[in-house]
Amino acid sequence: MNVLQTFAGLFANFGNLTWQMVVMWIIGGLLIYLGIVKKMEPSLLLPMGFGAILVNLPLSGAITQGDTEGPITALFQAGMSNELFPLLLFIGIGAMIDFGPLLEKPWLMLFGAAAQFGIFFTLVVAGLFFDLPDAASIAVIGAADGPTAIFVANTLGSKYLGAIMVAAYSYMALVPIVQPPVIRLCTTKKERLIRMPYQKGSVSKTTKILFPIVVTIVAGLVAPASVALVGFLMFGNLIRECGVLNSLSETAQNVLANLITLVLGLTVAGQMTADKFVKPDTLLILALGLVAFIFDTAGGVLFAKLLNVFLPADKKINPMIGAAGISAFPMSGRVVNQMGLAEDNQNFLLMYSISVNVSGQIASVIAGGLILTLMNL
Amino acid sequence: MNVTSLATTLPILLAGMLGIFLVIGLIILVVYLLHKFTAGAR
Repeated sequence: MNVLQTFAGLFANFGNLTWQMVVMWIIGGLLIYLGIVKKMEPSLLLPMGFGAILVNLPLSGAITQGDTEGPITALFQAGMSNELFPLLLFIGIGAMIDFGPLLEKPWLMLFGAAAQFGIFFTLVVAGLFFDLPDAASIAVIGAADGPTAIFVANTLGSKYLGAIMVAAYSYMALVPIVQPPVIRLCTTKKERLIRMPYQKGSVSKTTKILFPIVVTIVAGLVAPASVALVGFLMFGNLIRECGVLNSLSETAQNVLANLITLVLGLTVAGQMTADKFVKPDTLLILALGLVAFIFDTAGGVLFAKLLNVFLPADKKINPMIGAAGISAFPMSGRVVNQMGLAEDNQNFLLMYSISVNVSGQIASVIAGGLILTLMNL
Repeated sequence: MNVTSLATTLPILLAGMLGIFLVIGLIILVVYLLHKFTAGAR
């Protein structure tokens, strides 16, 4: 009888299983499927999906239970609650970016600025349903930048970090589906056919080295809360461009970026416990994330159309390049180029769209910093 | 629905978009100056 009772005790934990946990297993499985089969941001969706399963097993040892500390909770406290992991990842991302084409035509950065409209518009809409810190955290999904979204949501103490991350990374991977209909809605056939011949310019090495320093100073003076975000991104870029730290640049681009990405997804999943995720608010957050991406796209395109009002006929801008001003690099730039070629197979917009896409990486980080600065005022 | 939040969020929208264009505008200006002063070193 004792043996039977002991054996039966092994299954006692089944009694702690809730339907919400099973829903999270399904969501975790869906993220894994999207990452592996559909190849949508696998480096983040796969760890997030698996982590969602880990933390939603009853009395899971992966997260802190009472006095027993779990490793995912420990990782969260070590690198997420202090925003360290996203900032370290930014060093790697900065080291990967070549600002050269953008520096040849710096006016393209204006489209990066315009394409952040979706963030602030979504803040207004989200403010109708959530308190301000949560609304601002949700709005930064529109930055199309995972580390920025994590940084802002953590700094503002949002309780929706898990849902925000799932929305941010899912929509980044869905850019080829989300953006084209919005671009077509905001442009005419004639506008989509505008050709933009590309003449390569040159950029001095001194400019490439001074650029990250200048960006950090300018952004930091206007939005001091952005110094960490912008500074770490630009530090990574400076390592790349200085020419004397090639091994560090390589390490930042590969080892550091991969290491942080590995733990980032798992630690974010620590916020995807059933009690936090399986709520009507999660669906609303996913919807607001979509609003942010749509209005980012529209903001960039409509800004380009506005500029065209003042430009002579032979200098018109193809307004589609404005849509590439979001931070989803290089996907958004490629989507715009493909749309241009689909309209006219001799219209190569790639150098413009990729440059605008790169500017979106700077602008999104600045926008995140501005949100934090404005929230503190 | 908290409509009174618009009194807070609409100014943030305006200030945010002005702020980002200001920062980006300053960066563009500095880049053009950098091009001008480093042109001989290319």
